[in-house]
Parts: sequence; structure tokens; C-alpha cells
Amino acid sequence: MNIFLKNPLAISGLIIILIILIMALIAPFVAPYDPNFIDINSILFPPSIDHLMGTDGLGRDVFSRMLFGARISLLVGFVAVGIATLIGVILGSLAGFYRGWVDSLIMRFVDIMLSIPTFFLILAVIAFLTPSIWNIMIVIGLTSWMGVTRLVRAEFFSLRQREYVLASETMGSNHFSIIIKHLLPNSLTPIIVSSVLGIASAVLVESGLSFLGLGVQAPTASWGNILTDGKEYIQFAWWLSLFPGLAILITVLGYNLLGEGLRDVLDPKNKN
Amino acid sequence: MTAYLIKRILWMIPMLIGISLISFFIMHLAPGDVTSNEASFNPRASEESRQKLRELYNLDKPVITQYGLWLKRISQLDFGNSFASHQKPVLWEKKDKSGNITKGLIQESLPITLMINLLGIFIIFSISICLGTLSAVRQNTWVDRAITLFVFIGFAIPGFWLALLLMYWTGVSNQWLPISGLHSPGFQNFSSFGQFIDLLKHLVLPVSISSLSGLAGISLYVRNGMLDILHQDFITTARSKGLQENKIVFIHALKNAILPLITIIGLSIPGLIGGSVITESIFAIPGMGKLFYDSVLMRDFPVIMGILTIGSILTLIGNLLADIGYAWADPRVRKGLVK
Repeated sequence: MNIFLKNPLAISGLIIILIILIMALIAPFVAPYDPNFIDINSILFPPSIDHLMGTDGLGRDVFSRMLFGARISLLVGFVAVGIATLIGVILGSLAGFYRGWVDSLIMRFVDIMLSIPTFFLILAVIAFLTPSIWNIMIVIGLTSWMGVTRLVRAEFFSLRQREYVLASETMGSNHFSIIIKHLLPNSLTPIIVSSVLGIASAVLVESGLSFLGLGVQAPTASWGNILTDGKEYIQFAWWLSLFPGLAILITVLGYNLLGEGLRDVLDPKNKN
Repeated sequence: MTAYLIKRILWMIPMLIGISLISFFIMHLAPGDVTSNEASFNPRASEESRQKLRELYNLDKPVITQYGLWLKRISQLDFGNSFASHQKPVLWEKKDKSGNITKGLIQESLPITLMINLLGIFIIFSISICLGTLSAVRQNTWVDRAITLFVFIGFAIPGFWLALLLMYWTGVSNQWLPISGLHSPGFQNFSSFGQFIDLLKHLVLPVSISSLSGLAGISLYVRNGMLDILHQDFITTARSKGLQENKIVFIHALKNAILPLITIIGLSIPGLIGGSVITESIFAIPGMGKLFYDSVLMRDFPVIMGILTIGSILTLIGNLLADIGYAWADPRVRKGLVK
């Protein structure tokens, strides 16, 4: 814990993420307006005391929409990466533990998935289904598990021959409990680091999809689709582009800092 | 080397079969069948076009037969005709009965995307090798910190947002650069040099946006690689021989640090191709990314399936070239000392 607190990267990342988390949690209590309330008397107002971040083309309060957008961003990040990590851990464990043809099969599947341009894959799936927040999270999750699979497999490869694992196997523990009790806990570091970094890229993908109109659908506010409006009004309303973009930048930066910081902190080489 | 090449090329066959399986699976994701889905989203879809879809994908046949036929079409690179763009062929030009040639949609758009991405790769490598080396040589100075800050921001900044800001700054408020398309109106009347300059001006923004995140990632990669190598024994030997520091860094170390980048080029291809969707649709560039985006909006399934497959094949070819390049550049692999 102490080394964590001493790591400037990890601490600044954690603080950024916590602030966003708190804003998302208290959004309904602190948002000055209903994020979807259309007010035709206050269209495209610049930032002021009444509207901290101005209003959009339908007179909605941008600050309130930003607060609710934070919820979408966090939700998508966590759920998508949760799905990806779960798949990655299961497939990576199987490949790393059983090796042989199981490993070859799973790794070839990874190779194939990696050779399809991810953004094309996501868009193609969304074209056949419908764009909605749940579909987005599932699709991002289903297309980003390959890195975790490789990591877990590599960790298992090096742990598999350790004495305590062999001892446990000789004593007749079943495979499942060896994986859960001995192998996974010792592979946690890279899994955690890659999940945190994965959230960062999931947030970027979601905002990109929403920006293109293929992600979170109106009227639900997401940082990406506020930016779509920003593009529309870029000549008259800079605040519609500036704030959501900054929010995405800071959030992604926060996860990246936390991830890199954790990598330093959890790396046994740095323990002293 | 030849044995390696043959093995490596044969290896692409199971990969292609895997890709065909995944794309086939995606085609069948739609609730019901594609035809009902298309009808529900596109009010203009007539019974006739639904019938065409059924014929194109053989939806009335058993699944195994459907897959067999899909595999056959992929192997012949036949993706049919677009629904939306006046029945243009998806991939390559076709001649109709009266001898008129209609160009294929991918045929027209792919060169543009390739041009932007190749320029992007060139820029990424020339700049990131400099930044990474500089950062490693000046480790823990302000130069290193500034470059690291740039790397973190480059990773985190949403490309489409930066594109919007740059469009506003350089195009709307200052009018330094054109912000959409590839040519100015009336460019046909320019001299060929004028056309070239016009094209370059149009490419500045899209190419910079599409190379930014790669630039950040690869600078970091070069920095870490250089730091690793600068601490190795042969560098210490070179130093103790009294070799100039410049020679050590630029000849001995850099050679070794750049080698793995060949593999990284291969690995970065799917990201670059996928990223072209956002860049090209923001800057209204008629490349494959924008074509894909438009097709997704129109649910133009033959084009979607065509681009998905061609994009994957391009990635496979890119990886193949990278592997061959690596084998050729690394004497250990070339002479068969390391597998």
C-alpha cells in the first residue's frame, strides 16, 4: 500500500478516476437541470453561472448532460472490460494449463481475431444488430479479450512447472482448484494492469462509436454524442466540443496513469 | 529461408478459413434473418431487394450449404453488388452486356485509404524513432519528461475530437488548410504540380490525426527498447573501446532497437485500417473507411461483408510482409540460427 501511495502515476490516475466516479454517482443529486429537458428559450447559450458549460442546440444544459455522460462512460468501460477479462482468463487458463492441442486451437483463434480490424468488426456487428448501450458493451467486450488471453497463458506457462503447483497436482488436487488457488492468484498483476488499460481503450471506442451515431443513442447523453452536436455547431458553440472532448481525454489519461502506475507498483522487481 | 516462406504462406490458408467463419457468423447475428432486419431498418427496402439478399446469401438453403457457398465466394473474392450505390460491384470492376465498365467500390476507395495509411506509417516511424531515441539518450531530463507527457496525451486524446479542434482552428477560423475531401473544386484545371500540392494540403490534417496514437505508442516502444539495449554488454564494450557516443547510439544501438519495429508495423495495420473509419468520415475522404461507415448506416450488407473480408486479408498480407521483412533484416533469423 505504501509504495502505491508513493507512486505519482498511480495516485494521480486513481484520484482522476475517483473524482469521475463520484460525479457519476451523485449526478442525479447535483445536476442543476434534467439532462434531457429541452428548453427552446435557451438554445446554444455560452457558459454562464446558470449553465456552467452552456447549452446545446436543443437548449439542454451541457453540464447536466456531462454528469450523466460520465455514468455511460464508466459503465461501458467496466462492463466491456469485465466481459473481455472473463473470456480472456478462461481461454488463457485453458491454453496455459493444458497446452498441446487445446493451446494451439485457442491461440489460432486469437490470431484470427487479431487479424480482423477491430473497429470494422465492431461496426459490422452493430450494423447487423442495433446500436444500443448494451450491444456496444457486449461487442467491445467480445472483440477485446485477445490480449488478456495471451497474458494469462504466458503467466501459466511459467508457473505451471513450479514446485508448489507440481506438489499440489501430485497430491491429487483437481485441475480447477489448482488453477483457482495457485495459478490465477499468482497471475493477477498483469491481468489487473491490462484490465485498467483496457478500460481506457473501451472508453475511447465507445465515445468514437457514439460520435459516429452508432453508439449510445439520443436522447441518452454520452460524451461521444455530445461531441456529435459539437461538430454540428462548431462554428458557433465551442463549448459543445471542448468539454466532452476534455472529459474523455482526462478519463482515458486517468486509467492509463493508473494502469502504468500499478504496473510499476505491483512489479516484484520494484519491491524494496 | 525458402522453407520458412512457404510455411508462412501456407499458414494463411487456415487463417482465411477462420476469418470466413467469423464473418459468416456475424452475418447470421441479425435476429430472424438479414432480410427481415434490413426491411425493418430501411423502409425503402422492397420485396425485390429482400429477395436479392436471400439469393445473394442463399438464405433459403441449409446453414452448411450457405457456409460452403460463402467460402467459395470469398475464395473467388466475389462479394456481389452494392444495394445502395446503384448496384455498383463491391470489389472490382465489371463489364455489362453493352461493354460499359462499372468500377468496384473497394477498387475506387482502397487506394486512397492505403495512401493515407502508408504516409501515416512513414511519418509515425520517422518521428517516433527520433523522439524515442532522444528520450532514451536524455533519460530523466526535461526532454525525456516532455516526450513522456506527449506519449501519455497522445494515447488518451480522442482522435475525432482533436480532428474537430484542428478543423476549427486551421480551417474555419484561419483558413490555412482545406478541411474536407481530397481535392479543391476545379482542381482539374491546375497544373500537375498544382494538383499534387492541392492533394498534399488536403492530406495534412487526416494523416496527422491518423498517425497520432501510433506516434505515441511507438515512441514509447523505441524509448524502452533503446534503454534496454544501451545497458547491454556490447554497448559497454563499445564504450570501453573508446567509441564516440554518437556512433554507439546511432549505429550500434539504434539498429537493434529498430528491428522489432518491423513486427510492430505488421501488428499496427488492423488498428490503422479500422481507425480510417473515423478519420475519413470526419474529413469526408472517399476512402474505404468512409465507404464502410456509409454502408453501415445504409445497411448495405454486401459492401460491409466485402470490406470486412478485404480488411482482414490486408492485415494478413501486412503481417506476412512484416515477418518476411524481419526474417530478411535479422541475420540470426536469415541464417536459420533462431526460429
